[in-house]
Amino acid sequence: MTTISSSGELPLKNEHDIVLGRQAVRRMAQELTFSLVDQTKIVTAASELARNALIYGGGGVLKWEVLNEVGKRGLRLTFQDQGPGIANVELAMTDGWTSGKGLGLGLTGARRLVNEFELDTTVGAGTRVTVTRWK
Amino acid sequence: MERIPILRMGEFLLVTIQVDMHDQLALILQDDLTRAIEKQGAKGVLIDISALTMVDSFIGRMISDISGMARILDAKTVVVGMQPAVAITLVELGLSLTGVATALNVERGMQLLRRALTDSHDDDFIKR
Repeated sequence: MTTISSSGELPLKNEHDIVLGRQAVRRMAQELTFSLVDQTKIVTAASELARNALIYGGGGVLKWEVLNEVGKRGLRLTFQDQGPGIANVELAMTDGWTSGKGLGLGLTGARRLVNEFELDTTVGAGTRVTVTRWK
Repeated sequence: MERIPILRMGEFLLVTIQVDMHDQLALILQDDLTRAIEKQGAKGVLIDISALTMVDSFIGRMISDISGMARILDAKTVVVGMQPAVAITLVELGLSLTGVATALNVERGMQLLRRALTDSHDDDFIKR
């Protein structure tokens, strides 16, 4: 059974929030005593997904939860926006594909940096990406 | 406005990134650096990222773009000091910074730039 030992929410309204978001994720990963490589991976994934929520979703929120399971702890991050949603999820999950000016590595790259990745999107209503990294 | 300083060392420019950059700051640096190359006729650019604890696709692309722009302006770019955890993450993310010269530290980066400069002087000499 998974229990949540702490949680919180941060706004993603501008570029500065991306910086604040990854700094907060770094602190939590440090508190969970993630290895330096694992810290860097979850922070980098957070940066990519926060930027996506801001640029493509028109801003949103980052929710974080510290998870406890028997024998392991983890950090779950949820990026939620009320933007246009993703019409073609399969295409969006292709390396190098972008609807904007980016490199098209945000979603696919972030997925490679975490243990669990969930994408929930509705056209016209928004996108929610949930990622978890376990220690 | 917040800016990342660009230091001149002879024919080279030295940039040490010591802050967690927001996207706009990265773009300003790109602008400032290309302008400095042109204005000072710099032959090499050394970018020290040893203080960066994270390089995402945006910063990675900025580094790549600076290297490409500098090359067109006849300057060589060397990126030095990337932390191992950052290198591991960057490659897993899908970015391998193809075409960007790298060195382990500032000293080796300077050696690389000096060698590149000597080679290009030799070429000039042969052409004459």
